[in-house]
Amino acid sequence: MLNRRHIIGAASAVAFVLSGNFALAEDKLYIPLISKGFSHQFWQAVKLGSEQAAEEFNVEVTFEGPDNEGQVDRQIDMLAAALAKKPAAIGFAAVDSQASIPMLKKIDKAGVPLIAFDSGVDSEIPVTTATTDNVAAAALAADKMAEAIGGAGKVAVISHDQTSRTGIDRVDGFVNQIAAKYPDIEVVSVQYGGGDHLISTEITKSILTANPDLKGMFGANEGSAIGVVNGVKEAKADIVIIGFDSGAAQKEAVRSGLMAGAITQNPVGIGYETVKAAVATINGESVPKIIDTGFYYYDKNNMDDPEIAAVLYD
Amino acid sequence: MTVVNSTSTPSLFARLIDTGAHQKLLAFASLVLLLIGFSIASPNFMQTSNMIAILQATSVNGILAVAATLVIITGGIDLSVGTLMTFCAVIAGVVLTNLGLPLPLGVIAAIGAGAFCGLCSGTFVSKMKIPPFIATLGMMLILKGLSLVISGTRPIYFNDTPGFDLISLGSIIGDFFPALPIPNGVLILFLVAGITSWILSRTILGRYCFALGSNEEAVRLSGVNTDRWKIAIYSLAGSIVGIGGLVMASRLNSAQPALGLGYELEAIAAVVIGGTSLSGGRGTIVGTLIGALIMAVLTNGLRILSVAQEWQTVVTGSIIILAVYADMVRRKKA
Repeated sequence: MLNRRHIIGAASAVAFVLSGNFALAEDKLYIPLISKGFSHQFWQAVKLGSEQAAEEFNVEVTFEGPDNEGQVDRQIDMLAAALAKKPAAIGFAAVDSQASIPMLKKIDKAGVPLIAFDSGVDSEIPVTTATTDNVAAAALAADKMAEAIGGAGKVAVISHDQTSRTGIDRVDGFVNQIAAKYPDIEVVSVQYGGGDHLISTEITKSILTANPDLKGMFGANEGSAIGVVNGVKEAKADIVIIGFDSGAAQKEAVRSGLMAGAITQNPVGIGYETVKAAVATINGESVPKIIDTGFYYYDKNNMDDPEIAAVLYD
Repeated sequence: MTVVNSTSTPSLFARLIDTGAHQKLLAFASLVLLLIGFSIASPNFMQTSNMIAILQATSVNGILAVAATLVIITGGIDLSVGTLMTFCAVIAGVVLTNLGLPLPLGVIAAIGAGAFCGLCSGTFVSKMKIPPFIATLGMMLILKGLSLVISGTRPIYFNDTPGFDLISLGSIIGDFFPALPIPNGVLILFLVAGITSWILSRTILGRYCFALGSNEEAVRLSGVNTDRWKIAIYSLAGSIVGIGGLVMASRLNSAQPALGLGYELEAIAAVVIGGTSLSGGRGTIVGTLIGALIMAVLTNGLRILSVAQEWQTVVTGSIIILAVYADMVRRKKA
């Protein structure tokens, strides 16, 4: 009896698995998006944008990404599975652009057009890249910081990492803009918290301890910005905070005035433009090599404007 | 099956259950069922290229799981296999890219680093009497940190070592049978599994591995230096993880220092699905291989069916619980 129960158990597991199969409509173009992350709100907003475009252009999209941003091998497995599904095109945000090149060559050989999004790939294979101009976005953050602290004093930067394109570009964009335009502002510290709220909080507090006369801090992504807010709150310091991206906690900090303002990318637009570019490529239309999906600065005065509210996510 | 049959001579199936091969059979049957199920559900699943993709996805987790099996059979647990894999890859990166030494030295260094770390874990567990869970948890964190320190938190690329990518991505089998381009990484997995299986069943090290897991006190009282054998087993497991690190690094053509955390749990899941008991004394490498394949087939198949990612992990978790439950029921019966 036991054996039969086991076999029934195994069979029902398979049945459960198969019940998840929502038969794909065969006539629709299929475009899988392989992202850098998944559960983070930013990526969910990109997913939303891709789904909006899928509806508009009547194509089928799926959205997948590794659970955390270090898992290069998982992402390659996802690309392999996506390719097996014989897609019309593939959207891809590389965790490590070099490491994924053998797989990208395979996709290229199979004649499937590749659309890069969010982070670029050091290769000629992608037809186009839908991304934020992070250097320009961080330079705008530097301008806003200078404005808020009166053009002089010490500031610090907390970023998520020094390996990804976004991490490098945002730190460079901010630091170079300060160096070029604001000689009286000094960037005393650039630290990396892995985008982790708690680690970034601790780093913030130690920077505040080391520099009691600090005027402002820039958090270069959602996790870093929240960390700065928490750290400043815990240390009861009074400095200007400029953030990056949105999310419920960051929006609340801006609304309450704790954070002066933040740069937001347009994640919904990134997802939308990726699918749109894929459809255009499949139809034989030419697309520009880089699609700038735009960015905005928001503070408590403009965050409820329809244009801004549409790109902020919780 | 007639009444006469089942009372006088046990059927083949019943005999398999009695000899304990039943758990393996159950795992194997589940694997076959999954393969058939996914093939029916999607025409894209059963293609040579996709089967190879599944095997390739199994290669690293499979090797880590083989190492974890050894430790688990002794009644221990190894939480450090994921970050040790990364550490060994980083060591290979330092030797090959930063120092510019030839390829064989990088291979030896990676496997040696694995063996040394295994020796450390084994010493903590046996000589210092730290519970394996804590000792390897400590190692896991130490190695995660060291990988970041040594690499300067940046990936180390192997662009200056021609042929390094062939360890994982080349295909010796494909050179002889062009229709079957099975990557070397998969070949390495099967070689490692074969050799480990042989060690477990044919050598004194293997026998002590099971004996320690069944009743360590009895083994010690019969005059065996249990500490030494335990350290040897942890070292062997470490060197296998070193091979896993090489396969991973070769596949990515880089040592990724941030990688590794979470891989130990997937390896342990594969071991458990394969029927190895977490309380020690019982387990097989073949079972572990099947367990690793089930995990890879499941992940790949669910992706091919475009099941939402949120649900993929729910299904994987359910399968693990089902597998362990089957194991429990069987043991209660025995």
